Amino acid sequence: MKRLLQNPTTLVGAILCVIIVLGAVLAPWIAPYDPVDQSILDRLQPPGGAFLLGTDTYGRDVLSRILWGARISLIVAVTSIASAILVGGAIGMVSGYIGGRVDLFIMQVMDVMLSFPSLILGLIVVALLGPELVNLVFAIALTAIAPFARIARAPVLSLKERAFVEAGRALGFSHARVLFVHILPNIVSEVLVMGSLWMATAVRTEASLSFIGLGVKPPTATWGGMMRDGFEAILDAPWLSIFPGIAILMLVLGLNMVGDGLRDATDPKLSGT
Amino acid sequence: MIFYVIRRLLAAIPTLLAVLTLVFVIVRIVPGDPAIAILGDRATPAAVAALQAKLGLDRPIWEQYVTFLGRSLSGDFGSSMVTNRPILTDVGAVIPHTLDLTIAAMLIGTIIGVPAGVWAALHRNRAIDVAARLLSLIGLSFPVFVSGIFLLLAFALHWRIFPVIGNANLADPVDRLTKLVLPAATLGLVMAAYITRVTRSAMLQVLDEDYMRTARAKGVPWRRVVWRHGLRNAGLPVVTVVGLYVGILIGNSVLTEIVFNRPGLGKIIVGALNQRDYTMLQGLMVIYCFLIVVVNLLTDLTYGLIDPRVKQA
Repeated sequence: MKRLLQNPTTLVGAILCVIIVLGAVLAPWIAPYDPVDQSILDRLQPPGGAFLLGTDTYGRDVLSRILWGARISLIVAVTSIASAILVGGAIGMVSGYIGGRVDLFIMQVMDVMLSFPSLILGLIVVALLGPELVNLVFAIALTAIAPFARIARAPVLSLKERAFVEAGRALGFSHARVLFVHILPNIVSEVLVMGSLWMATAVRTEASLSFIGLGVKPPTATWGGMMRDGFEAILDAPWLSIFPGIAILMLVLGLNMVGDGLRDATDPKLSGT
Repeated sequence: MIFYVIRRLLAAIPTLLAVLTLVFVIVRIVPGDPAIAILGDRATPAAVAALQAKLGLDRPIWEQYVTFLGRSLSGDFGSSMVTNRPILTDVGAVIPHTLDLTIAAMLIGTIIGVPAGVWAALHRNRAIDVAARLLSLIGLSFPVFVSGIFLLLAFALHWRIFPVIGNANLADPVDRLTKLVLPAATLGLVMAAYITRVTRSAMLQVLDEDYMRTARAKGVPWRRVVWRHGLRNAGLPVVTVVGLYVGILIGNSVLTEIVFNRPGLGKIIVGALNQRDYTMLQGLMVIYCFLIVVVNLLTDLTYGLIDPRVKQA
């Protein structure tokens, strides 16, 4: 952990993430206004004065909406990637452990899923199921299952030939016990590193879907949805697209920096590559 | 080489079938009856039955599957449910715009990314390397609609160097080019960030190899050692990533087309989504599948060109 934070990139990344997470958690207390409260008299106020980051076309406070919007981004990213890790990880581990034709078939299915453009897949799934929070999580998890299956399978292939696995089997342990008690701890770190990098992708995908109009429905504040509203008023109020854009960039960059640092720390061979 | 090409072509067939099956499954597993979705809740049962017959939804699922595969493989992607025009007509009309954008983005990505990656690898852990790594990480973190809007704000609205509206007149080369610059930069810079990272790590692995030292010891100039001996061997992972990147590029081009209001596959897909045009969506997904399989094939063939060993394997 100490080594991790000595790396300046990781440190900056962690600070960015902490700022956003704190903003999201503390939103009810630190947001200066209600994020959905409309006030026609205060519409399109430029940044400064009573509204630090200005107001939108409905007179809603941009800063409050960014703080509340962080919640949606984080909830979608954490739950979708956690589900992808569980489902994809289980598929990959079992597939690698069984081996043979079953493994070959499952991995070919995963390759096909991997080759399909993830934003297009997400777009179609959400469009067909309807723009709800649950469907967004489902769509983003679906696009991330294949990579986690791949990353969990690779180490299992070599681990299952090792002496400790053979010893476990000889002692009469079930396959499930060998797989989840003895092999699982060996692959956790690699999967978690991938997890933080994929969280960044999930934040980006959620924002992109919201920008297209397939995110959580208004008036709920989402960063992508704010960019969409801001884009429509780009000539009169450029700040409406600039501030949510910076927020998205901060979170994605922070997660990517932490992911890179974690990878360097868990695998010294890769350091600096 | 000819045998290698034939072998690769044959290997692409199962992939194509698998991807087409995935499309069929995705369209079918969605809850709800497409006929009711199209006609609305208040449609008469007779009207729903008529539409189901027209779409072939009343036939057994395996028959639908075989018909779907047969039509897709013979290049019949169906017609739009809304306009009744063949999907290929609509797609054909925007292909020049999409090709302009994709090729320009790939050029920008490669021209910036490859030299930047090599340069960073040669100066490992020095200021240049740190800057290249940081910039590429920032580039990767930008969702394209954010970078697109930022570029639009700066270069089209603030400084007014480039036009805002992207629907180019294809017959006028100057108009075509000026309207291409900002969208291509948006897509190309993200791609450059990817290529920089991959080129850098591929070069780092190659730099310590024996043949590099041997070439150096023989008196080959360093510049030539790096570009001829080094980059050629580091080329395979770079080509792989560029091939894999096409999937991301397709998704990103949808967003770029929306931001810059350019005609293209992306705008068609969003239009079809808004109008719930199911046949159009299915046809577009099939076209994307063909595109992906072709790109994978091209990636494989490029391997053969870069590394003669691949052909014999």
